[in-house]
Amino acid sequence: MSCCAPGSEDLALGLQAPPSDEEVAFAARDMGDGTRQVELSVPNVHCAACIHTVESALARLDTVERARVNLSSKRVSVRWRGDALPPIVSTLSSLGYPPHLFDDAQDGKDPVLSELLRAVAVSGFAAGNIMLLSVSVWSGAEGATRDLFHWVSALLALPALAVAGIIYYRSAWNALRHGRMNMDVPIAIGITMAYALSIYDTWHSGAHAYFDASVTLLFFLLIGRTLDHVMRNKARAAVANLARMAPRGALVLFDDGTRDYRPIGEVQPGTKLLVGAGERIPVDARVVHGASDIDCSLVNGESAPQPVAAGAEVHAGALNLTGPLTLEAVRAASSSFLAEMIRLMEATEGGRARYRRIADRVSAMYAPVVHLTALVAFIGWMLTGADWHQAITIAIAVLIITCPCALGLAVPMVQVVAARRLFENGIMVKDGSALERLAEADSAIFDKTGTLTLGQPRLTNMHEIPPRLLDVAQALASHSRHPLSQAIAQQARRSTSATFDDVSELPGFGMEARTGGIVWRLGRASWAASASEENGTVLTRNGDIVARFTFADEIRPGARSTIDTLKKRLRRVEMLSGDAEPACRQVAEELGFDHWRSNLLPADKVSRIEELSGNGHKVMMVGDGLNDAPALGAAHVSLAPASAADIGRNAADFVFLHGNLSAVTTAMDVALRAGQLIRQNLGIAIIYNLIAVPIAILGYVTPLVAAIAMSGSSILVISNALRLMRMGITEKRVAPKATKPATEPLRA
Amino acid sequence: MSVLAYLIPVALFLGGISLIAFLWALRSGQYEDLDGAAQRILLDGEETGDKPAIR
Repeated sequence: MSCCAPGSEDLALGLQAPPSDEEVAFAARDMGDGTRQVELSVPNVHCAACIHTVESALARLDTVERARVNLSSKRVSVRWRGDALPPIVSTLSSLGYPPHLFDDAQDGKDPVLSELLRAVAVSGFAAGNIMLLSVSVWSGAEGATRDLFHWVSALLALPALAVAGIIYYRSAWNALRHGRMNMDVPIAIGITMAYALSIYDTWHSGAHAYFDASVTLLFFLLIGRTLDHVMRNKARAAVANLARMAPRGALVLFDDGTRDYRPIGEVQPGTKLLVGAGERIPVDARVVHGASDIDCSLVNGESAPQPVAAGAEVHAGALNLTGPLTLEAVRAASSSFLAEMIRLMEATEGGRARYRRIADRVSAMYAPVVHLTALVAFIGWMLTGADWHQAITIAIAVLIITCPCALGLAVPMVQVVAARRLFENGIMVKDGSALERLAEADSAIFDKTGTLTLGQPRLTNMHEIPPRLLDVAQALASHSRHPLSQAIAQQARRSTSATFDDVSELPGFGMEARTGGIVWRLGRASWAASASEENGTVLTRNGDIVARFTFADEIRPGARSTIDTLKKRLRRVEMLSGDAEPACRQVAEELGFDHWRSNLLPADKVSRIEELSGNGHKVMMVGDGLNDAPALGAAHVSLAPASAADIGRNAADFVFLHGNLSAVTTAMDVALRAGQLIRQNLGIAIIYNLIAVPIAILGYVTPLVAAIAMSGSSILVISNALRLMRMGITEKRVAPKATKPATEPLRA
Repeated sequence: MSVLAYLIPVALFLGGISLIAFLWALRSGQYEDLDGAAQRILLDGEETGDKPAIR
């Protein structure tokens, strides 16, 4: 697809192979009528032509009944007849749309959104029609006509209250039952009281009825709530679409030589497993046969790939790079490293559990004040000799006019706009409270591997290597999945002319090739030049070292400037890594970290965060690995790159899809600005109330006044929120480095 | 004022129809892929989602 730039979500795919057919078949659901269906994420789908290519190619497969692309969620759902899986993965990969499985509990439909949309539709219909009738009343309808209009309004308002109001009743009841107060409590009380009073007045042919106020209020608030939900859903779906990294099953090798793909829960200690190159290790295991290199960067932050051979122990979650391995499970999935991290996460009570959202804090103050004012107004009017009906009318007018509307919209509207702003910059935010917490952060902790660095090695001495030898090395390296080989192959980028008669890879050691009588070897020095005592990576010609390669983990673009900015803004910026000391020192010096620690266990990171929190710091954690997940959960607010491990992504409040680390400062800028606008909006709502409440208490509020006041304040609050769209973000996102041409769609 | 006896029911009826139409569209999943719907208009030929005739 030449029309479509591949999304930078590709960064997340990294070295991982597309899911195996067994894994896809395992993820499929039985639809009951002899067909099965699976949903796959295809991040490269961007336009109509992509839809057509994907759908028609899949539909042409023999047993496929139906293939449908959802462009909004970038997913394709495929349904086929029979038990055998059609070659979906290979078809899509060959078209340049590598699919992957994603992590999502729900299958496409979103019941909450449907409920909200239904509620918006019903309340919108009711509000429109009631307003139509109310305008007639305001412009002078009298007597029987007015009563008729009021009765019709009452009838129209009933379904709105039932379908739309229930959302607020439920939420208000939930809050009250747990002894809390939220914004929905005054809203629920306000609309119900207004409706009840209006029914009473209509019964007695009263001049004023507040049906319009109570339904319009619902309508406006629901719009805000729906937008909020849509925005969060979009962010959540974008995160869920990222490739699932932890395998859900494993290829089990039975004693009689048969193999079968089994769910991971069935793997017991002692079970033999087969793990191909490019797959992740499903459970903690010991290598029985085979040799390979293991990338542990997601597991413990070690940046250099580790060679493994028979007898070595490997952790669940590590990526098998070069050769197929036969493993024997040491622990069941429920007690493997991943499960341990999840337990550690559950044990740490995060800062967010104690955090109360601004809206809830405001409503906790606001609701008692308003209800008290209404009560005082009622008693006051009773004392001055008004009849109880008039006193109640005024009390309810106070409840309605104090307008949870402006307050109810003040916070969510800003957060919707902020979330949208972040979304455009490739940053997904999980919920509104995350924005509030990010604005409060005063210290930052970074993980090293995969966060400050890309977790991919970079060749540092390319210019020292003679071009002729670089050609040979590149040609050799292009046959391997090992990260060091890929670094050489990608960085050299020469049109190489070197050809070999025979190329082979020795997992754990390197590449070997023959051409004529010459044997070239690229790999571990101790193997390539057999007698050598050297460490590191070399190219040898018939056993003599002809070139040495040095590598460094590539610093994530934007890291330097981000750290500089944060050091100016925050009280403390630290780097905590599970990697070895020299690698950490190098990165820390390059990026200018004053405080850093190496060789940390996951629990050490958590305790460091708790120590800082104990000293009154609000810690922002940025990390990606399995070993960072507990720390991400413990921090006041947390961010993770798209390439992070599954549980890390789920634990983080923000996930940034683009490779550039400036996402951290962008998110902070937006969060700070959003915080300002929220406070302004709350200020507007308070000033409005200071004017409106006296008018209501004096008894001058008719339904017309209430309608004008409510719409006016809502519009004010919404337009103020929209100012966030115009805010200039200082540092425009730099396009992520094209490190992944391999995932670029192959043809149009 | 007797005209109201027709107009109000007519207004409510028409409004109600559009409400029902919306709820139907919602239930039948037409709001699930808005970006896709915008792009699919550019595809010519038959609907590609279901098994097409092999060309």
